[in-house]
Parts: sequence; C-alpha cells; structure tokens
Amino acid sequence: MSADRELDGLRASVREWVEANFPASLRDAREQERFFQSMPMYPTGADWDLWKARLIEKRWTAPGWPAEFGGGGYGPSASGAIAMALVQAGAFNPVAGNGTTMLGPTLLEFGTRDQQERHLPPIVRGEIVWCQGFSEPNAGSDLASLSTRAVEDGGDFIVSGQKMWTSDAHHAHWCFCLVRTDPSRKHAGISFLLIDMASPGIAVRPIRTIAGNSHFCEVFFNDVRVSKENLVGKLGDGWMIAKRLLQFERDPTLRPRRQFVGDARPLDQIARDYIGCSEDGRLADAALRDRIARNMIDAEALRLLQTRMTGDGATGAGATDAISVAKNARAAIQQEREELLLEIMGYRGLGEAGAEFDDVELETTRAFLWNKAMTIFSGSTEIQNNIIAKRILHLPTA
Amino acid sequence: MHEELAILRDSVAAWVDSGGGVRMLRAVRDRRDLPGFDPAIFAVMAELGWAGVLVAEEFGGSGLGFRGMGVLLEELGRHLVPAPLIGSAVAAASALDWSGRPPVKHRWLPGIAEGSAIAALAVDEGARHTPERIALRAERTGSRFAVSGTKVFVLDGMAADVFVVAARTDGSPDALFGVTLFAIPASAAGLGRAPIRLIDSRGYATLSLENVRLTEDDVVGEVDGGRALLDQVLDAARAAVAAEMLGLAVQAFDATLDYLRVRVQFGKPIGAFQALQHRAATMFGRILLTRCLVEDALDALDSDPATAGARVSAAKSAAGDLVNLVTREMVQLHGGIAMTEEHDAGLYLKRARVLEATLGSAAYHRERFAALCGF
Ligand SMILES: Cc1cc2nc3c(=O)[nH]c(=O)nc-3n(C[C@H](O)[C@H](O)[C@H](O)COP(=O)(O)OP(=O)(O)OC[C@H]3O[C@@H](n4cnc5c(N)ncnc54)[C@H](O)[C@@H]3O)c2cc1C
Repeated sequence: MSADRELDGLRASVREWVEANFPASLRDAREQERFFQSMPMYPTGADWDLWKARLIEKRWTAPGWPAEFGGGGYGPSASGAIAMALVQAGAFNPVAGNGTTMLGPTLLEFGTRDQQERHLPPIVRGEIVWCQGFSEPNAGSDLASLSTRAVEDGGDFIVSGQKMWTSDAHHAHWCFCLVRTDPSRKHAGISFLLIDMASPGIAVRPIRTIAGNSHFCEVFFNDVRVSKENLVGKLGDGWMIAKRLLQFERDPTLRPRRQFVGDARPLDQIARDYIGCSEDGRLADAALRDRIARNMIDAEALRLLQTRMTGDGATGAGATDAISVAKNARAAIQQEREELLLEIMGYRGLGEAGAEFDDVELETTRAFLWNKAMTIFSGSTEIQNNIIAKRILHLPTA
Repeated sequence: MHEELAILRDSVAAWVDSGGGVRMLRAVRDRRDLPGFDPAIFAVMAELGWAGVLVAEEFGGSGLGFRGMGVLLEELGRHLVPAPLIGSAVAAASALDWSGRPPVKHRWLPGIAEGSAIAALAVDEGARHTPERIALRAERTGSRFAVSGTKVFVLDGMAADVFVVAARTDGSPDALFGVTLFAIPASAAGLGRAPIRLIDSRGYATLSLENVRLTEDDVVGEVDGGRALLDQVLDAARAAVAAEMLGLAVQAFDATLDYLRVRVQFGKPIGAFQALQHRAATMFGRILLTRCLVEDALDALDSDPATAGARVSAAKSAAGDLVNLVTREMVQLHGGIAMTEEHDAGLYLKRARVLEATLGSAAYHRERFAALCGF
C-alpha cells in the first residue's frame, strides 16, 4: 500500500516536471507525428535539442539503468512508472529505440564490464542507433536455423552471410547480431556479436514496405572483421542470450512509446465525426458501436495487464508468462482498431496521396498497412501461441 | 489486504475440495425438494462468515469488500457450488447498506450477514434483462403503497425470505424518475412465487404481487428517486456474477488442459496437435485479460460504486464472452464424452449460458459501456 503511494507520488512529480520542462512547441500533435515518422533518427531544431538534453540530465531516458551508466538507478516498478508517466504526459523519450529496449537490458545481464561502459552511456545519451541482425532469408520463425558464419581468426571473427528485414539498418551505427560459430550444432552453435556498421565489407540495401516507407533492409556481410571483445557471453551462448533479448523486445511494458497510429483520438470521437449521431445523441451505426466498445474494452484489459506486469511481478501468472499474451493482444487490438478506422472513414481512409486527403487520414491509412507487421515481427502471433502452449501450459510436444 | 484475500482463497478452495466439488451441484440437482442449493451446506458456509463478506462489522459482517466477495465467488464458481450469495449477500446486502434507511437496514442486514435470512433481487420483467424499463406498479396513498405486478428470473427466489423489488411509483415504464425499491417480506399477503427451472439447476422464481401492502418502512433508498441506487445495486451483482464466471472459466480451462494431456489419438496426446494448442493459448490469454477487468470492476465498487458502471460493464461483457468461449471449447475438445450426462462439461456449459444472460448479456453490456462512455 505505501509502495503504491510512493509510486503515485513519483508519477505526480514526473507530471510536474514535464509541465515545467517539456517545450510547449513539441506538445503539438503534428510535432509528435514528426517524431514518430523520423524514428530512429531524432528531429532537428532548438526545442528538440533542449528536450533531449533535459531528459538526459534528469537521467530519465533510461530510468531503470544504474546511475554509473547514466541511468536513473530506479527499481523496475519505479522506472516503469516514470516511463509510463512520461508517455501519458505526451512527453516521448527522445532516445527510445533498440538500444534502450533490447540491447541495453541484455548487456546489463550478459555484457562484460568493458562492454557496459563502452555501449550503455551512448545509448542513454541517444548518440548511437542500434539495429537487430537476427532474421535471415531462410531463418524467420525458425530463427535458430540461421547461417551467417563467424569464423575465428586470431583476435577477430570473420563474418560472412546475409541478414534480412533488419529494421533501421540504413541509419544504424552498430548492429547486435546472431552468428553461427559452430555449424555442427543448431542452438548451441550460435553466438551473440556486436558489429560496427562502419566496418569494411558491410552493404545495406533498404527495402520498400507496403506502407511506402523504407523501414527495413537487407544487410550483407562480406568477410567483415570483428574483434573478439565484441562477443557477448561465451562462444555458443547466443541462443540463450537471444531468447532473453526477445523477452525484452516482446514486453510491451518496456516500450511505452506511442505506436504509429494515424488518427490517435479515441475511436468513438472519430466515428462521431465521420458517421454522426442519431437523435438520441448516440453514434448512428449500432453495429459499429458494438465493435468500437469491444475494442475499447480489450484495450482497457491490456492496459490493466501491463500495469500489473510492471508492478514487480504482482500478476498471478508471473510477469514473464504474460509477455506473449500481451504481445499478441497488443497486436490484435491495434490491428482491429485500424480496421475499424478504415471502416469508419470510408474511402477517406483509403487515400494513397494527394491534397484531397488531410495528413491524418493519409497517416491512418499508412498505419493500417504498417501495423500489419505487428503480428509478424518479434515472433509472429503463431509463434507466441506455440510459446504459450509449450512453455507456459506445458502441453505435450510429441 | 492481499494477504487476507490469499488466505480467503485458500480456505474456500480447501472447503470446496473437501465438500466434493461439482458433486455438491449434482446432489442439489438430483433432489427436487431443495430450492436450488442445499440449506444445510449453506448454513456451514454462513458459519464460516461468507454471507457477511460485504457487510460492515457493526452489522455482523467481515467487511472484506467486493474484492473479498470476488475471491469467494470465483472459488465457488470454479466448481459450480450452488449458494444464494449473489442475490442475497451481494445485491440485497448492498441495496440495504446503500439505502440510507435504518428501518430496512436493521431489520434485514444482520440476518443476511449471518445467513439466517436470504434475500433476492427482483428486477427483470421480460425475457431479456431490461432494467431501463420498470412497469410493476406501486400505488401510493400517503405513506402507504400497494404493489401489483410480476417479476421473472428472480435468482434464489424460491428460498428468499425477503425480496428487494424495483417498482414504479410514478411515470411511464421507461421514465428515469419514479422508480422505488422496496424490501418485501416473502410472507407478505398477496405475494406468490412459482419455480422457473433453468438448465443450471438453481432456484429461480417468478414472483407475482397482487395488491401487496407496504409502508415507508419497507422503502429501500428514495421514493421515486431509486434509479441510481438500482443501477448501483445491479452493478454490484453484475460484478459478482463476473467473478463467478471467471472462476468457472478458469476451471473449465484447467479441465480441458488436463484432457489435452491425457487423451491419446493418432499415437500421441491430442494436446500435441498445434491446432488445439493454439486454441488453448487463446483461452489462456483471454482468461488473463478478463481477470484484469473483473478485479478492476470489483476495485471500482470498493472505491466508488456510483461511478463503477463502465468498468463493471466492461468486466461483465468480457466475462460473458469468456465463459462462452471456454465452455464451447471444453465441449468440443473433449469430443463425445462431453455429451454425456456423467461428464461435467455439460454442467459448465449450462451454468455459463445462464450467467451470461443474468443481469445483461455481453452485447447488452457493450452497449451500456458505449452509452456510459457517451457514444
Ligand atoms: C516490419 C518488420 C520489421 C522487422 N525487423 C526486424 C529486425 O529489425 N531484425 C530482425 O532480425 N528481424 C526483423 N523482422 C523479421 C521478423 O522477425 C520475421 O519476419 C519473423 O520472425 C517471421 O519470419 P518470416 O518473415 O521469415 O516468416 P515465416 O517464418 O516464414 O512465417 C510465415 C508464416 O508461417 C507461420 N509459421 C512459421 N513457423 C510456424 C510454426 N512453427 N507454427 C505455426 N506457424 C508458423 C508464421 O507465423 C507466419 O504466419 C522484421 C519483420 C517485420 C515485418
């Protein structure tokens, strides 16, 4: 109880601080959209720089990391509360990305002291963009079948092969990569390697998505030399480390930043605008009313689940058990929301380009397309269901 | 509080187990002379203090609140244990507690809390839950009332010693104003009841009132201004029903999982088939998410019952969808055995359907949620 009150106090102080320090010009919805559109890069401008500097100085860009690396040194529930309170105040984390959500927590668990000192502070300060080199053309859901080779050569590895769907690789300074160091063993032959994207022998080719942007890339490694000091964990530990990293990746409570959603207003408000109300003041389309209510209730259930997950394992089922459930629920709810939006907006939600449509409408259409990825990436919905069935429900395998 | 709830949960679970679980329901069902539960068993439950979970200590209760009541009903719901708690210990107890009227409160609450009196809530008048429409008339002359009309689907109506009845004291059936709640003793002249037998084997009744004479002392809440209290009382009961549904779903799911592990076809346990694994994973997720909504609704009632409506409707609709999903799957994934009277799957299916219809279906509550959110 008193811990709850402490958290409430913390949330209040975050709100107060944001009120005083978050530049007014960035509170505009348009600016916020600019931020999401530009990710993983950071928008330019004096107020943007100011906000970044202030949040870094406050040590709230990674509130849960140790202070020695520039973090806030808070425990899980306090750091979760800070991150959530920032989002709720509309004050996004300017350094949020693969570094804060995936690599950082992984290095804190598995990295050497040297690796932590070298890589964590630049993440906290938003200086380095990281990309995730896991998937390959022939290793998607069956990730452990990956074949990018790393061969030992004195103090180095020589890496050759191809990564696929690597988000942000064209902007990234570094890549955390799964490589095969032993072809004779499937899982135990994988190692976890940090690779400087400026190394000779790396070629990056952006791929256009159905949403029209270039979000992910193919990455080719042609005899790339990587020092052994960039091996995380021991040789052959890669799969074990990756599984942990994927938990961080899937945990929606660790990425409390707004999703790219297009029209972000509550569904019922948007529906009122496009469809109108009947005489009794209710949304004119009763069937839509029902589906909107269902989507809002589902979203509320997920919000409550995520709150429990950040509450230091207060969930009955245990917080890690909930990750796959929350990942699937988040994707399904978001996709259902976008399908509803398209239905609500009629042809105005189907615009490709042009002055006929306003920006929010076009963004909504792109969000609908883009968020189709949510049930595919970081382990598809089907893979999460496999995980729930096997690891949580312990259903038989053969 | 967390600890108290955990202790309560363990002790209820142990008690249900020692009583034979679902066998308690089968025994009640097979004895037509009982009113939908076994009074001897309910006396034991009352002895344990379970009828007084919501009631303040000064009236003989334990004051564990809605979260406590939720834990109790969830654990009983897991094994379909029949007990007249929702109408009596939840709905009527809340109505009397919130009524602001000492006469009815002192007359009935202590008995309800100790389980010596059973109360029932009488609201519905048609086939589907429509509390927006109250037609049963209470004609007023000075401080006296004469009540006539019919109520249906009255939960535990056959055993009740007193009915909390929603009546119309003014206006047309759909009017917001003009609703009054009364506590009417079952022994009142002009009150008749007849059993309605539903598939879940509980003791429902149709209540007919023919010129039943009442005074101001029988009023629960405000004369004519009872609508808000009625909504609040309904929400209390709906959240309680949702808690029972959660327990039902948890157990139906656990039993189905067990079966997936042991039933062998094509040389392997059927739980090894991915099509079935994914259905299990879906149910697991729905249970986790619905639990959040149900416990949130109970919290809302504990902190401010007047504003709990949307959160209760969210919970009741999700729980309704959940029990339908899980019991449907329980039957399907058990195959032919599920169709036998001997197997429990049918009992879970039947109770699920009745609870879903009780105090508003999933669709009713989505519509109400929308209305309360203003769209
Ligand atoms: C927008 C986006 C960004 C991405 N970013 C990155 C990134 O930065 N880094 C990175 O490494 N990867 C990234 N990925 C790759 C992503 O992780 C893979 O797409 C994903 O793991 C699925 O692999 P796949 O595309 O090869 O599909 P497949 O594995 O070929 O799957 C095809 C279909 O088969 C189903 N399926 C496969 N196996 C099973 C099974 N055992 N049981 C049931 N169904 C199964 C899948 O669910 C899917 O529906 C990204 C993907 C997208 C869409």
